[in-house]
Amino acid sequence: MPPAATDEKKPTAETPAVPMVNVQIDGQWYQFPKGTRMIEACRQVGKDVPHYCYHPKLTSPGNCRMCLVEMGMPPRLAPGQEPEKDGEGHQPIQWIPRPAIACANTVAENMGIRTDSELTRGCRHGVMELLLINHPLDCPICDQAGECRLQEFSVEHGTGGSRFREQKVKKPKNVDIGPRIRLDDERCIMCSRCVRFTDEIADDPVLGFTERGSHTVLAVHPGHELANNYSLNTVDICPVGALTSNDFRFQMRVWFLKETKSICTDCGRGCNTLIGSREGRVYRQTPRENNDVNSAWMCDHGRLNFHYLDSELRLSAPLVKDEGVHKESTWPKAIQRAATALKAHGGSEIAVVVSSRMTNEELFMAKRLIDTLGAEHVATVPRAGEPDAYLIAADKNPNTQGARLILGLEGDLAAGLDSVRRGVADGRIKAVVTLQEDLLTPEAGFDAQTLDGLEALVVLHLLANPTAQMASVVLPGAGFAEKRGSMINVTGRLQRLNKATEPFGQSLDDWEILRDLIQAIGGGNGIYLIEDVFKQLAAGVEEFEGLTLSKIGDLGVPLIETGETVPLLERERERIAKGQIVG
Amino acid sequence: MSEPTYKAGKQPHANEYRLIFRNIDREGWDTSIDTYLNEGGYGELKKALGMEPGQVTNEVKASGLRGRGGAGFPTGVKWTFIPPNNTKPVYLICNADESEPGTFKDRYILHQDPHQLLEGLIIACFAVGAHLAYIYIREEFPEAAQIVEKAISEAKAKGFLGKDIQGSGFDLEVYVHRGAGAYICGEETGLIESLEGKRPYPRIKPPYFPAAMGLYMCPTIVNNVETLCHVKHIVKMGGEEYAKLGTPRNTGTRILCVSGDVRKPGYFEVEVGKITMGQLINDMCGGLKEGRKIKAVIPGGSSAKVLRGDEKYTIGKGDDAKELSLLEIPMDFDTLMACGSMAGSGGVIVIDDSRSISWVLNNINNFYAHESCGQCTPCREGSLWMKKISDRIVAGTASPEDVDTLDSVARNIDGRTICAFGEACSWPTESFVAKFRDELTADTKADLSGTLLNPESKLAAAHLKSQQEAQKTEAKPVAV
Repeated sequence: MPPAATDEKKPTAETPAVPMVNVQIDGQWYQFPKGTRMIEACRQVGKDVPHYCYHPKLTSPGNCRMCLVEMGMPPRLAPGQEPEKDGEGHQPIQWIPRPAIACANTVAENMGIRTDSELTRGCRHGVMELLLINHPLDCPICDQAGECRLQEFSVEHGTGGSRFREQKVKKPKNVDIGPRIRLDDERCIMCSRCVRFTDEIADDPVLGFTERGSHTVLAVHPGHELANNYSLNTVDICPVGALTSNDFRFQMRVWFLKETKSICTDCGRGCNTLIGSREGRVYRQTPRENNDVNSAWMCDHGRLNFHYLDSELRLSAPLVKDEGVHKESTWPKAIQRAATALKAHGGSEIAVVVSSRMTNEELFMAKRLIDTLGAEHVATVPRAGEPDAYLIAADKNPNTQGARLILGLEGDLAAGLDSVRRGVADGRIKAVVTLQEDLLTPEAGFDAQTLDGLEALVVLHLLANPTAQMASVVLPGAGFAEKRGSMINVTGRLQRLNKATEPFGQSLDDWEILRDLIQAIGGGNGIYLIEDVFKQLAAGVEEFEGLTLSKIGDLGVPLIETGETVPLLERERERIAKGQIVG
Repeated sequence: MSEPTYKAGKQPHANEYRLIFRNIDREGWDTSIDTYLNEGGYGELKKALGMEPGQVTNEVKASGLRGRGGAGFPTGVKWTFIPPNNTKPVYLICNADESEPGTFKDRYILHQDPHQLLEGLIIACFAVGAHLAYIYIREEFPEAAQIVEKAISEAKAKGFLGKDIQGSGFDLEVYVHRGAGAYICGEETGLIESLEGKRPYPRIKPPYFPAAMGLYMCPTIVNNVETLCHVKHIVKMGGEEYAKLGTPRNTGTRILCVSGDVRKPGYFEVEVGKITMGQLINDMCGGLKEGRKIKAVIPGGSSAKVLRGDEKYTIGKGDDAKELSLLEIPMDFDTLMACGSMAGSGGVIVIDDSRSISWVLNNINNFYAHESCGQCTPCREGSLWMKKISDRIVAGTASPEDVDTLDSVARNIDGRTICAFGEACSWPTESFVAKFRDELTADTKADLSGTLLNPESKLAAAHLKSQQEAQKTEAKPVAV
């Protein structure tokens, strides 16, 4: 929001008073807190200053010179001289012939900034021309094309031509600098964003520059590679096509990608993402800034963990087992078969294993199913792992908080699962419904022999797996990129997934499958839309009261207190407090 | 102290005033501390240690001493930039990375009179409250590094360095740091980065002014070798007395290094502003070679703007204004600036009429393209571009428009870079084009305008042409 001149910030006990300074930007006077970077002040009033090296989450080396602007200050007064002021109390501005970088300099009282003067435009023309003289201009085959700052600023601030008649500098191309990243040194504009990221954020300073002048090249230190679990963030922040992702390069022109705001489901952090998809296929995930969750970053593991969505093992139709053989079926028949098999058992004989990878909406429907069946045995599969000092949470399930809240699970989740395992083993449990969990994994800990003794095994999953192989009915569900819904991350924040692609083949959104199954078992339930599910959830679970899916918004809302903090965000806040970064 | 005698052929010229270079090329002089002490060495240190640190700074301020490294900033004023409420350690760095082409004064001090430097440095450290100092010696001076190292250990053994120097309670350690072999290591913030073990990428100012956020983010004073030597003499003479040397605002002596087309190039210590360019070239350097005329002078190291031999320079304003020829220019900071150049590092490069201006400019451009650190865009890309254009002017493959482009590239660098290297690499081109455009243009060929130059574009154009021709011959009417 642009700070208006009348906008008075009242200091509170928590926020110490930051003095405001008067700054003239392109002829208009504004007020900003002292310490605001010139580039941010301009941005806040809608005057974007082009830049390459500046990134609010990193230190500012001021090396690209793209953000040079004309700047002025009030005249220096002789001792005892009274400043000359206009009717509004502003002094005249003495414009300085030497341009200033807007990224690292902060605003000062009575400062003037011109973002569109002849001097400023001249600087931009000059820098753009110089940046391109040795650049290969291989846009047609460059993965960055379409989201390249060189392209964007050439259009906005370039002259459209070049006077360069010499031979360009030759540099290394297609350099393997790590398992997931490739470097084209000819495209590099030496902005050092990647160098700073690996040093300042990832604590893995393996990148640096060698050689000098125009022959400068980005390189990894000998004997090292860029292999840390946050390496792909360098590809995101590279303003040009110098760093490209091995996973994404040459797969799709970026302008064809549809961008869907969602979250990563690889662990309990719930990093905010953009899913890039085209015609039913996900091509990439990139982090989306959320300063309460993941800053502007995400880990490589989470980012790349989407290829299973087009895996060969993906279930494409409901399956029903007859005489020991799975056959493709139709949805009504499969649902009916599952309902019949489950209705044959009393609640004390039925166990439902629910996944903490499911959305709140799916969990709510699972709870309905449990209640409809009267199932007395309910468990989830906990996944405890190693946290890191950045974003990765110890909880590898993305929605443990939601599962606890909605299913009403308390205490040790592993003990709950163990009790179901024992019930199956000793024959008390005769029917099992497993929702998005393969029971024959080490985490779930069931064994094939005991599952074999079940009278009914209904599996809802998106992949063919050993448990599905044993199931009497297999219901193909949807992947995270194929559905809307919400989850609660480890810090207790309620966040939203959005649908980037349609569910694969005949598979359906999980909540719809559950709705149909509940209907087949217990009759009508009046749920037609996912909004209906959320409405009932909000009515039924106290914490959700007053919320709707749309109210969650793109950045989520804090829902419950868990006491968890995000190490990366703590460090970021320290750097902001020290003025090292804007944040 | 005896009146020094000098080695044969190395006697100072009568116009000289030997203060800093008193012991250079002296008969019977060596770099040992005993020789230095015999001449009353470290006497000024003892005097300074008896003063208040602030008093020493005030003497340096009163002396009007301006930095001898190139920028000519008042040394005493620089020392007062350390924040008054500072609680961090203060460092002093002696910049012995003498790299500006045409400048060769500091090397003689390092090689022949290291204790003079040390004495000045210790006094400066005492004045600014530094207990740790570094002497950053360029990589290309390996012998100097050994000599200075030896001098440091001698001084330490005699109690002029280390703990409680001469019973004053003042502690100081000095270390020699060998440079990293790049011109940019002489830029003070680049030097600091290099000293910290990093690439010598200059820092942005603001916020990284060394006096507040220098070495390891602590207040740091960076002074040139010659500058620190002057401090010793200021303490000896008193600031006011020292200020009587030279001319007002341009006080003291300075060492001018003359190279190029003169009969007797070399170093000359003179009172600032007391001798003219003509006296320097004709009297002290023996004039030009037989039958030659002066074409140009670069007065302050290769980055200083060139002055034309036949040009008239207007100095002063209004009634005080006077016109000077090149040879009438007094060699001081302010006058050279008024003439559109600078006193810089004192490297005077004389160019006679046998030289091709295109070649001279190309030689300078070559140096700066090679030494650009590559951190910021205008200098990184522009310095090599300028070199490539001037390469072609020399080779006779440039068109007259290339001279305009050359000038415009320089102006896209000047004032737009992180450090003063931007000016260092663009000022030669700007001034050569401004003053010798005719000569540069004469080396170009008008019929080369718009022609393709590099092999890649020639190849691409030939390919396009052959394709077009193939299409023409293959073109047949198409049935609808």
